[in-house]
Amino acid sequence: MSTILEAKNINKYFRDPVLFHALKNISFDITKGEFVSIMGKSGCGKSTLLYILSTMDTDYDGELYIDGELTSGKTNDELAFIRNKHIGFVFQFHYLLPEFTVLENVMLPAKKLGEKSIEEIEYDAIEKLKLLHIDDQALKLASRISGGQKQRVSIARALINSPSIIMGDEPTGNLDSKNAENVFNIFQELSHQQNLSLLIVTHDEEFANKTDRIITMEDGHII
Amino acid sequence: MNSFRIILGISKIHLISRIKQTSIAALGVTFGISAFIILMGFMNGLNGLLDGLILNRTPHIHVYNDIKPSENQPIAYFKDVSETFNVVHSVKPKQTQKKIHNAQPLINYLNQTPKVKGAIPQVSAQGFYISGNQQLNGMITGINALAEANLFNFDNYITEGSVIDLNNNINGILLGIGVAKKMSLRIGDRVQIANIKGEIIPLKIVGFFQSGLAEIDNTQSYVNVKTAQRILAESESYITDINVKLHNIEDAVAMSKFIANEFGLTAIDIKTANAQFETGTSVRNLISYAVSITLLLVAGFGIYNILNMMIYEKMNDIAILKATGFSGNDVKRIFISQAVIIGIVGGVLGLIIGYLVSRLIDNIPFETEAIPNITTYPVVYNYIHYIIAMLFAMISTFIAGYLPAQKAKNIDPVEIIRGQ
Ligand SMILES: Nc1ncnc2c1ncn2[C@@H]1O[C@H](COP(=O)(O)OP(=O)(O)OP(=O)(O)O)[C@@H](O)[C@H]1O
Ligand SMILES: [Mg+2]
Repeated sequence: MSTILEAKNINKYFRDPVLFHALKNISFDITKGEFVSIMGKSGCGKSTLLYILSTMDTDYDGELYIDGELTSGKTNDELAFIRNKHIGFVFQFHYLLPEFTVLENVMLPAKKLGEKSIEEIEYDAIEKLKLLHIDDQALKLASRISGGQKQRVSIARALINSPSIIMGDEPTGNLDSKNAENVFNIFQELSHQQNLSLLIVTHDEEFANKTDRIITMEDGHII
Repeated sequence: MNSFRIILGISKIHLISRIKQTSIAALGVTFGISAFIILMGFMNGLNGLLDGLILNRTPHIHVYNDIKPSENQPIAYFKDVSETFNVVHSVKPKQTQKKIHNAQPLINYLNQTPKVKGAIPQVSAQGFYISGNQQLNGMITGINALAEANLFNFDNYITEGSVIDLNNNINGILLGIGVAKKMSLRIGDRVQIANIKGEIIPLKIVGFFQSGLAEIDNTQSYVNVKTAQRILAESESYITDINVKLHNIEDAVAMSKFIANEFGLTAIDIKTANAQFETGTSVRNLISYAVSITLLLVAGFGIYNILNMMIYEKMNDIAILKATGFSGNDVKRIFISQAVIIGIVGGVLGLIIGYLVSRLIDNIPFETEAIPNITTYPVVYNYIHYIIAMLFAMISTFIAGYLPAQKAKNIDPVEIIRGQ
């Protein structure tokens, strides 16, 4: 089994307002197709870890490998490309461009990657929206749909470039149990059928218990 | 190329979704650019008008025989006192004639010089205009009317009658409009000229001229060269002035020096005579640029402010774009392209409005005593102004957009996402 993501001795400090050691010697890896959840009390450092793993936060000590490639120390442009191609990110809160339609929001990362024609991208985007049962909202402005719908659109967007790994910060936090179940099923299907790796932060124990592995955090440690 | 299209697409949606702010920013540019176009067109029109007024009508070189004391007093020719400091009191000019010696051969010579477009003689005489019991001081200049019209647009001054009338009538006189008004004279009337010796020569009025300068219009009149010689009771070789027009005005200084040295005459070139004129032109240009740059600066600040505000409002969008794989440089390009789009739209609109207002000004009646052959305000349409204006618009909006865009590039997405 090949390793998709590897974290080695990651330490993170916040210096403002006081020196605070937020992540302490975090080391773990995720193999291809593995569905991993992260649990832990509020404030234990789950989001902080996810921002580092997603390459958005570069202010840390330690080494991070994605798809076998060391990302620590790469330029911002190189990291942007890695995020675009290899990582799909689902935020804790819904994050869409409000003046763009749902469809455009989903298409944008694929347009940026530029590997497919616009027609193919549009076809893919509609497929992803169908997967999350919101294809009927495709032509609405992103600011005109409900919170749960936005969350599903952002999951569709995370899938558009067929990334190696999906990272989610409580992606089902705003969903009712039926839709949360649906999202879980989609994630599981993707990990089984397309060998997609997933790393999902959740407070939902039921959700976590169904995943392949649970990483539990406490005060910046993995336990 | 592909990413350029995406970036433009995002910019477009940002701009359209804030159409009010976008329009205000663009209108600022429009205002600056149209003001520049209008000012430049009008100022250059004015410059052209004054060119026509002065440069086209003034001889490039005016040659005459000035009455002045000899530069070398006789004592300077004595070798024994050459080392000493000599003081000569009460130097008086030697009585020389105003006449240019050997004028005709000089004129012929000048006319054969390749740089010279034409050299023509004048005879100036003083006298009095007498009509009924009125007497007026007068300057009567004998000219070659057709050549004057040809070289110095003399016909522009003539308000009634024509150069041909004067040329064809050896007893004709073209009176200054002021003289005519003072003496209530009309075309066809007779006016008598008394020369300084008191002899009276009757002449027939063939027309009027108006230079715009009252002191000239109140004293000056023109006759044929031969008539002037007759008034002065001089021979046909009596010429007091030679006016020279060159092919290239830039040769005037060198040529006038040459004439002065070679022939021992006074030769004044147009640049020396009208030095203040060029200063006026450059000051007008300076004003146009200063005003337009000020307006564009204000417009630039407007764009800077609006983009800054836009970036503040668009923090979330910037964070999302960065999180989903757009680089800091992509984000920077999005905001710069917004500024440049504002610059292009506002600039083009400014060019159009500037052109239309120029047309309007061009058609406003403008009649003045001073310039008889002008009926509307002068405006120049020079495509160079339009190119400069567009460059102005692009550069100023680019700079105004650059700083906010740089800020957007450096926004840390984690901070924004965590901030929710
Ligand atoms: N910018 C910051 N400056 C200083 N301290 C911070 C900053 N961001 C987070 N922290 C601290 O780091 C710790 C970890 O925060 P983090 O957001 O990772 O928690 P979390 O596990 O995601 O919590 P939750 O489940 O509530 O989302 C917290 O104690 C928080 O106070
Ligand atoms: Mg969190």
